[in-house]
Amino acid sequence: MHSVIRIILQRLALGLLTLFVVSVVIFTAVNMLPGDFAQAILGQGATPEAVDAIRKDLGLDQPPVTRYFQWLGGALQGDLGNSFAQANFASFVGADSGVRTTVAQQIAPRFANTMFLAAVTACIAVPVSLVLGILAALFRNSVFDRATNVTTLTSISSPEFFLAYVLILFLAVLNPMLPSLSNIFEGMSFGERLEKTLLPALTLTLVVTAHMMRMTRAAIINLLASPYIEMARLKGLSPMRVIVKHALPNALAPIINVIALNLAYLITGVVVVEVVFVYPGIGQLFVDSVKIRDIPVVQACCLIFAAAYILLNLLADILSILSNPRLRHPK
Amino acid sequence: MSTLLTLALILVAVAAGGWVLRFAGQKASGNAPTFRDMPFAVAFGYVFGASLLIFSIWYFFQPTQTDAGVPNAGVVFFRWAVQFFIVSAIAAFLFRALGRTVGTKGSRKLFRQMPLTASFGVLVVILYAFTAVFAAWLAPHGQEEIFTKVNVLPGGNAATGGDPLHPLGTDQIGRDLLSRLIYGAQNTVGIAFVTTCLAFFLGGSLGFLAATLQGWLDQILSRAVDVLMAIPSLIFALLLMTIASAWAGSERWLLTVYMIIIIAVIDSTRVFRLARAVGLNIVVMDYIEAAKLRGEGLGYLIFKEILPNATAPLLAEFGLRFCFVFLTIASLSFLGVGIQPPLADWGTMVRDSAQFINFAAFSPLTAALPLLAAGAIALLTVGVNFVVDWMLHRSSGLKE
Repeated sequence: MHSVIRIILQRLALGLLTLFVVSVVIFTAVNMLPGDFAQAILGQGATPEAVDAIRKDLGLDQPPVTRYFQWLGGALQGDLGNSFAQANFASFVGADSGVRTTVAQQIAPRFANTMFLAAVTACIAVPVSLVLGILAALFRNSVFDRATNVTTLTSISSPEFFLAYVLILFLAVLNPMLPSLSNIFEGMSFGERLEKTLLPALTLTLVVTAHMMRMTRAAIINLLASPYIEMARLKGLSPMRVIVKHALPNALAPIINVIALNLAYLITGVVVVEVVFVYPGIGQLFVDSVKIRDIPVVQACCLIFAAAYILLNLLADILSILSNPRLRHPK
Repeated sequence: MSTLLTLALILVAVAAGGWVLRFAGQKASGNAPTFRDMPFAVAFGYVFGASLLIFSIWYFFQPTQTDAGVPNAGVVFFRWAVQFFIVSAIAAFLFRALGRTVGTKGSRKLFRQMPLTASFGVLVVILYAFTAVFAAWLAPHGQEEIFTKVNVLPGGNAATGGDPLHPLGTDQIGRDLLSRLIYGAQNTVGIAFVTTCLAFFLGGSLGFLAATLQGWLDQILSRAVDVLMAIPSLIFALLLMTIASAWAGSERWLLTVYMIIIIAVIDSTRVFRLARAVGLNIVVMDYIEAAKLRGEGLGYLIFKEILPNATAPLLAEFGLRFCFVFLTIASLSFLGVGIQPPLADWGTMVRDSAQFINFAAFSPLTAALPLLAAGAIALLTVGVNFVVDWMLHRSSGLKE
């Protein structure tokens, strides 16, 4: 047991190190912008005094290394700075109302929405893909297997917005069952919220199910040639029992791995889907901020996405070590 | 709620049908092994498939218009989908038959082993390449040509707001949509192809270099790639595009160039991983040792010894990478930060015409516009994936 904890701690340390380096990369990338933020906000007609005032207010007069650690320190305490779009620049002409929207305030509710969407998708996608994968492995090389193979390959390779619009066409426009716009606001009942989230969740399900299902099928089929499966078969067990009781536990490591990877994909794949359905999530905020070059928000969203991605990859790593004794005791 | 209830009732009915099928089969055939050993799931599958087929045929032959002249949009779309499916299946079959009779001995053998999906993929790739190269001759008008008639509806029927000159109509500033769709093949596919080639040149040469030299260069490159791969690629691309748009200023063509470079660099990390792994397996071979002893230079080792032996895995990767790059560019354009106007491009077309989908109930043809552009993207990636899937299946030879 001791070695397991050590391996996990090692992975955790590695993950934190990666996250640190990634934050440096993001910060450096943003600092490659020509001119500086103050100039960018005020435009060409700015007076030097105004530029200086904003520079001081945003802390841009400090050297980059100091600014980086200020930003990182703030981010660790949940303070991601002030959004440019929301900043009250009235304060620079002497009429400060004192009210500002911080990036954290802007992101928090949207982050919750995105997590809700990802959770709904996972609740649909994981069981469906496991069942489909087991069935495809059970009836391998049959018509059912080939049909699912072609269907999943098609849905993996289509762009998300194509799947989204096809779903909108059939489930929202031609047969008005679900709303095509997900306008979610606070104080909604859970049922209403679920109904508005269902169509984006279904789109994401189509995208991730295919990958997970193909991996489940491949992992199980890879094991079917092993001697112990042969033994189970010779004992006279039914094919379903052979797969569920004997093959599945051993195929679990790659399956868990691919599920975690797909959840990581979900966190980033939401961007396009959120834009299509106007879902008020973090992905949509990110795209909007990219368009208006609201740097603090872009920086913060990027960091959150990267952190979620790294964390889920870490989780996949640790889970696959835990579920596989051979990895737990490396030679 | 009533929809869910109907679905549940249908499932129960199909399950009962499956049981009846198995029972009747056992009685009628005198307990023949086929029916005696049939699992319930298989019987269920047969009945489900058969009812789906019967429903599809029935639905296909429903009238496309109600008596009042209102189009029955569901049927229209269903007919288009089925017709597309049948036509592409026949085209793929004919193409495979052609490939089996014409060509060299090697190519004929290749076509004999090919499944229908793979031959469909090859056909799609050839068609797209042809359209991309000859777009200027195929398109009736130029991609930037502006006509006086704006917002012409598709269909080419003057009575319903169309124009025979513009079969797919015109957009909000009067550009011919059919021409833009055709030019889209040139721009979107062409830019994706250039980007993939650049990514392969970068990632491949650095990967082979790391594999051949090893040591500190390998360490530095590998760790740098690890960090770049820890950021989700679409997010990273969006972040860098923000900065690039500030660099490019009002020069929009420059933004497209930056986009090519950004996506190529991000994607070259994946190529680097593969090239390095494949290269490491090759550099331990005896013939590399022999070439080193002969005193060959680094360039000779990489391009004459390693590259020819790494072609097969790199080729399959090229197909997959191309799909990823193509989808990333389409997504960026769809989000409004990718290929810039006036260049015609499918991602932008989808975004511009997306709201037409709400008119599906009155005018199916208008609603098909965004789906046509999005479908053009999907069709190519699906085709390439079919081919790559078959190539991987052939080279891996999965057990059972």
